[in-house]
Amino acid sequence: MDLNETPEMAAFRGEVRGFLAARRDDYAAGAAKDPKAWQQTLIAHGYAARTIPREYGGYGAEPDILKSRIIAEEFIAAAAPRGIANQGVSMLVPTLLEVGSEEQKRRWVEPTLKGEIVWCQGYSEPGAGSDLANLQTKAVEDGKDFIISGSKIWTSTAHMAQMMFALIRTERQAAKHEGISYVLIPMDTPGIEVRPLKTMTGGSEFNEVFFTDVRVPQANVVGGRGRGWFVANTTLKHERGMLGDPNATEARLIALIELMKSETVDGQKIIDNPIFRDRLMQLQGRVLAMKFNGLRLLTAQLTREPAGIAGLIVKLQGCELNHQLAALAIDALGELGILYTDGPHLRANGRWQWNYMFDLGLIIGGGTAQIQKNIISERGLGMPREPKPAAA
Amino acid sequence: MDFALTHDQRLMQVSLVRTLEQASSLDRVRRFAGDLKDKGADVWQALVEFGLAGIVVPEEHGGLGLTMLDAALASEALGAAVAPVPFMGVVLGPIALLRGGSPEQKALWLPKLASGEVMAAAAISEPIAGARDGAGVTASGGKLFGKALFVPGGMAAGLLIVADTGGRLHLVKGDAAGLTRTLMPGIDETRRLAELNFDSVEAEPLGGGPGLLGALRDAGWVLVAADSLGAAQVMLDKAVAYAKERRQFDRVIGSFQAVKHMCAEMAAELEPCRSLVWYAAYAFDAAPDDASLMAAHAKALTSEVGRFVARTATEVHGGMGITDLLGLHFWFKRLGLNRQLLGGPERVREIAARLQGLAA
Repeated sequence: MDLNETPEMAAFRGEVRGFLAARRDDYAAGAAKDPKAWQQTLIAHGYAARTIPREYGGYGAEPDILKSRIIAEEFIAAAAPRGIANQGVSMLVPTLLEVGSEEQKRRWVEPTLKGEIVWCQGYSEPGAGSDLANLQTKAVEDGKDFIISGSKIWTSTAHMAQMMFALIRTERQAAKHEGISYVLIPMDTPGIEVRPLKTMTGGSEFNEVFFTDVRVPQANVVGGRGRGWFVANTTLKHERGMLGDPNATEARLIALIELMKSETVDGQKIIDNPIFRDRLMQLQGRVLAMKFNGLRLLTAQLTREPAGIAGLIVKLQGCELNHQLAALAIDALGELGILYTDGPHLRANGRWQWNYMFDLGLIIGGGTAQIQKNIISERGLGMPREPKPAAA
Repeated sequence: MDFALTHDQRLMQVSLVRTLEQASSLDRVRRFAGDLKDKGADVWQALVEFGLAGIVVPEEHGGLGLTMLDAALASEALGAAVAPVPFMGVVLGPIALLRGGSPEQKALWLPKLASGEVMAAAAISEPIAGARDGAGVTASGGKLFGKALFVPGGMAAGLLIVADTGGRLHLVKGDAAGLTRTLMPGIDETRRLAELNFDSVEAEPLGGGPGLLGALRDAGWVLVAADSLGAAQVMLDKAVAYAKERRQFDRVIGSFQAVKHMCAEMAAELEPCRSLVWYAAYAFDAAPDDASLMAAHAKALTSEVGRFVARTATEVHGGMGITDLLGLHFWFKRLGLNRQLLGGPERVREIAARLQGLAA
């Protein structure tokens, strides 16, 4: 156990801090004034696309987990935007780099990193949620093309995306997991219809996408026909890590403490109410525990040791904590906490209510809490899978 | 940056667990629990031979000179084995002397503590957890008056570290005139608590200023948290093992999601505690600004998670869980004591709030 920073890392931290301080005019409240220009600046300095080779439009640094972490910490501390972090950048690009053909990498990675191409993810279907491998959107061969029909759901950025990376059933004879291909689909192909999916937040953070005889070249398959399930799984683990990120949870805790120190009821600060204070302290203990769990995972990554249960719990615990932090903020605001749209009494632009509702979706999405518990008990504790019911 | 145990620390864990399997088997724990005349001398002797008596005593005084993280790992192993050893005084005694003792006091006591010839106990409950039943010790003219409750290892200790109501600390010899000790029989029969009565008892003041009590409190919290971590981990492991064996409805019960999810929830709650306990112990030596807050959170969180695991793991065992036959209750009760000792979670969290200026 040694948490002291080496001089090299301390110097690097200073560099990042200096960079952010010098460009304070380029961003405000976590958002860049010109997102595409900001992204270019970040790539040029190695704060985005850091380890992606230069030939594909990245910065081309050697992977260095500590430096990546320092960048993350300093950006959070400065409330600076991390640049483009859509599903194209965070999921498609790593997938292409790992299993894509040379032509696919050259064609798609750089414009995706620059924000010129926005991607959406076509995985879930109305009948394939937790049981994702049961997906039914299918492709039939027609010469060098596939003709795709079916539908996808929970496609967050479909309404603004130029491209979709999708899991499509291409091999009708093959077993459940072996009949799927990972296919890149231009969203302007005739036969694609995008319908916004309005949620409880009042916004439409997701869409439904319908495919009617959509023609796509077979060359758009990534990683080989029938390999889609395994291709997708190489990057799904990144999504789960992202969804429970302890840095984001800690940032929310800090905002909550500020809220409880500034809001008053009957002239008394919320933080001076012992019941609210105890709830805050309970959450702080859990946030700290997950923070150190994250440091432990980082070390395991550095030393290439298996992280075991410490890694499997991140999505479950992190998403639950985020939700509970939002819940406490709403309770601390009391009747003010029910306000949601513009008005003189609205706090934080209704963000806590929005988080409370949207984050419930994150507990469900990316592998539900119940699926996470199956994973923890099966892979972490070695407990048996639930047997399949005998055919009726 | 390295957030992990060293090779030596892992070796020590393995070898201590092995020592405890021999010296403090469940049968041995049962005998201790059932017989107040049994002082657990053989268990203590095995740990003395291991070096545990002097774990934080500097080498120049005959100890191992290790850190609080090492002591926490030892405490975790003792909790896992529900070992009948009052370990808190083994660590708090030397810390009190190192931080508050005169050169003469150190020279006199540290070698005796390191060799296991004398055991220390800390009577610090009242200024930390609060005074019950009118307890509290006052100092006047070099003498102590009053009573101190809930002293782990207080029945057998040859050296007592006693906090007075003003938060100052005193050294009292175990055979001092005017000192009487009474057993406080509790749920956890693996550790005996004492009520100490002081009727004009001779005492030597310790230095170290007002920070000394805080340091003893932090160390105590870390050790109790680590003990809970060890005890809870064993309960979880036993629950998982039982669920993989026990069959109902022609299946092992561990294949039912209702049971699997109980186990997953225990694991998901407990695993982050490990990292928090490690960091709190590390901070005690290496990050003093963080030490108190982290110790408080480690103590409070392991108390909450310990209770959750204790009841849930018992439940996974079904009816067998509540019998004496399996002995699961020794761990259940160990966790029950740990939750309250040196302050229950509500009180500890209130102190945590105060430490960061969030409470008056």
